Amino acid sequence: MMPPVIPSGTSIIMPEWVEEALILSVRPYGENSALITLLTPTQGRHAGLVRGASSARMRGVLQPGNLVRASWRARLSEQLGQFSIELDDPVTALLLDDPLRLAAIASACALLDGSLPEREAQPVLFEATGALLQLLRIEDPDNRWLEGYIRWELGLLQSVGFSLDLEHCAVTGQTGRLAHVSPKSGRAVAEGEAGEFAGRMLALPRFLGGVACNRHDFDAGLALTGHFLERRVFASYHADLPQQRRRLADMVAGIYGGSTL
Amino acid sequence: MDSQLDNLIRRLARLPGLGPRSARRAVLHLLQNRDRLMLPLAEDLGQVARNIRSCANCGNLDTGDICALCRDAQRDRQTICVVEDVGDLWAMERAAVYRGLYHVLGGTLSAIDGRGPSELNIDRLLTRAREQVGEVILALPATVEGQTTAHYLHEKLSPLSIEVTRLAHGVPVGGELDFLDDGTLAQALKARGRIGSQ
Repeated sequence: MMPPVIPSGTSIIMPEWVEEALILSVRPYGENSALITLLTPTQGRHAGLVRGASSARMRGVLQPGNLVRASWRARLSEQLGQFSIELDDPVTALLLDDPLRLAAIASACALLDGSLPEREAQPVLFEATGALLQLLRIEDPDNRWLEGYIRWELGLLQSVGFSLDLEHCAVTGQTGRLAHVSPKSGRAVAEGEAGEFAGRMLALPRFLGGVACNRHDFDAGLALTGHFLERRVFASYHADLPQQRRRLADMVAGIYGGSTL
Repeated sequence: MDSQLDNLIRRLARLPGLGPRSARRAVLHLLQNRDRLMLPLAEDLGQVARNIRSCANCGNLDTGDICALCRDAQRDRQTICVVEDVGDLWAMERAAVYRGLYHVLGGTLSAIDGRGPSELNIDRLLTRAREQVGEVILALPATVEGQTTAHYLHEKLSPLSIEVTRLAHGVPVGGELDFLDDGTLAQALKARGRIGSQ
């Protein structure tokens, strides 16, 4: 078959874009390259190849959680394409010494990588993730940033279409005295209204409006969002909750499990 | 091309740093130096394949069940330096600045590659750490996976009341601040020390 003839004078425009991006995952490819996934505001989750990724300079840049300036280029838009990457903000390097915050960054990146569709704009989620990264950098000996992390996971659930209703009681419609969340509907239930299902309900943390949380708020919050991420989001891809997210929950349970705020 | 030659080229091309073209050049060079290079190389390859194994104690590669480093009575048996792989152990030995024992993990925790704690040589490290060890040095990469592994090991080692340390992160020898990336610079500033305190 003859190749298609391009009329002389026709210019071929190769698809390309330049955007700020968050590195989600990095997988070595061949000896010197890497397949990476990024989150950008207008291109969403986007994969591509980085050549020279094993160089000493690039290894530090290509760490999940770092904010970069990414240029993507391919011959056709449906191709994997190649990235060239410049470091904007070395978020990960600043948090390497803090096990809990490092676990939170790794968890956030793994959740985004595993739950978002490819190449769908995510301006709100990108902004929220940027705010989370800023929050993680604030000195905070009481780890109050975990509250922000749990709210970020609620936002992620909303972005992928599984919004929880934590404002009204599913039984009575009231907005006060909320204490539980139904593991099936994802709706809040007021104290004393769960009846025979009370034992199966998830605890609503105090910072989300709960009035009778019997676990530490951080532990309860991660159990709440973890339940819906696992059952609603990752189960739909026949995947488990990422190991990084499980490790974060284990670490928080190790610190706060058994205590109440 | 002869199929035996073709096979050899294809096998060599799979080695790190080599591609089909360089493998072809290497095979040609070996054939041109059959007695001086090729036959001794074949003999060495056979011997190494038959005799080299992982040390049952530390995971290093050597001819015996227990490697020469573990057998060396002159080494400081109170200190264990944990490294990701044997290449890192060789780098430490090249520098000749450490006289303790080693422990090769065989990788770092990596969800993306499906490597959990059970895939790494961690249980043996914990057993060794219980045997009169004073310090465990975590010489793991300054990456998310490397430091996640370091934090995990610290968590496991801390109930044993031994000192757990890690290598410093910061300005390399000969490094100029102007050429350092922001992350390394930030780490170096964070880990700054008083002059003359060592």
